[in-house]
Amino acid sequence: MNIDSIQNGVVIDHITAGRGMKLYDLLGLDKLDCSVAIIKNVNSGKMGKKDIIKIDAEIPVNLDVIGYVDPGATVNIIHGGELTEKRTIEMPETLTNVIKCKNPRCITSVEQELDHIFKLTDKAEKVYRCIYCETKAK
Amino acid sequence: MRSLIDILDFTTEEIDAMLKTACDIIENPAKYSEMCKGKKLATLFFEPSTRTRLSFEAAMYELGGNVISVSSADSSSASKGESVADTAKVISCYADIIAMRHPKEGAALVAANNASIPVINAGDGGHCHPTQTLADLLTIYREKGRLNNITVGFCGDLKFGRTVHSLINALSRYTGIKLVLISPEELKVPGYVLKDTIIKNGIPYVETTDLESAMPELDILYMTRVQRERFFNEEDYLRLKDSYILTPEKLNNAKSDMCILHPLPRVNEISVAIDKDPRACYFKQVFNGKIMRMALILKLLKEAQA
Repeated sequence: MNIDSIQNGVVIDHITAGRGMKLYDLLGLDKLDCSVAIIKNVNSGKMGKKDIIKIDAEIPVNLDVIGYVDPGATVNIIHGGELTEKRTIEMPETLTNVIKCKNPRCITSVEQELDHIFKLTDKAEKVYRCIYCETKAK
Repeated sequence: MRSLIDILDFTTEEIDAMLKTACDIIENPAKYSEMCKGKKLATLFFEPSTRTRLSFEAAMYELGGNVISVSSADSSSASKGESVADTAKVISCYADIIAMRHPKEGAALVAANNASIPVINAGDGGHCHPTQTLADLLTIYREKGRLNNITVGFCGDLKFGRTVHSLINALSRYTGIKLVLISPEELKVPGYVLKDTIIKNGIPYVETTDLESAMPELDILYMTRVQRERFFNEEDYLRLKDSYILTPEKLNNAKSDMCILHPLPRVNEISVAIDKDPRACYFKQVFNGKIMRMALILKLLKEAQA
């Protein structure tokens, strides 16, 4: 299976197999007009299988979203057909308006204008909790 | 701007200082009777609660301050759809400090993030009720003379009981605490409280459904009400509401200096026959609640002025 290499854009590599679509959704890539390729279950020497996303445009990507979904992923910036920058990914301390609190008792369930903010409360277990009601993100 | 949303917002040193202030207020009430002269407390209660609101109002009056009040969501702009953030901004123009109760979890934090005056969380749904915890701590401190080296039994609704979670959080920072968690299977302490607070802090604990067998080792017995308003399903409430009823017979094998606490209101989980038992401390808790709210108002207003 061949996907053209890109001249100017972003490649999100080393995505844990199966998480590519979630990243696609949370990064809002469906709203882009440019070409976007999601390649699932690519053979990988290190990972066995991995997903890759290629975006054929130099757009800013929300590293917090990637850090939340898959902190092991890598982000490569391509310019003029060359790799110009590798961005390191870390789990963000705070996530704002990336995911929504599902607790029906939370204040965010009735006040639509409020930002949905989650804080990293347990890095080892990758647990994020709503700052308002402390419900765990799922 | 300093507020109190969760009991863990305050360090143990700050809580210890407030306990000392509270004891001094009890000893020398006249010294404090004009300390808040010219200050206004706004009590914003968007959920029914008489005792907590009156406790805050009595506390402010005893400090020589004044009170403006909203006693139900129906009589406020909330009924017109005003957001908590806007309410907090508006009230900041009228008062010096806010005490707020709201049915939604996290509402007090939203208020604190938007107010320009201190906000005290007087209960946000099933989430936190830090001033009840302050009342509990003062009661334990006055009855036992310490907050460490005690075995505390929590009995009843340990799942939805916000006062239970807050007190466990507060006690988890003291040494020598042992917990006995007595509840029906359906109302056990939530997994996150066990894991993130009790286990994480290495606190020895036992979970049981049997109140009487747990009784002999307890220094404190914290009874709770099964709260109808926390259930989505009436059937579950009816099935569980009478799980534990404390009667004089059940105290037969309790320590003679054990303290019985309850955040009140009680329904039937403590027999009125126990009220005369010297171990019954739940009405002392009400008094202590008012005193700790006085100490809290003083602390937050002082910090706001600094």
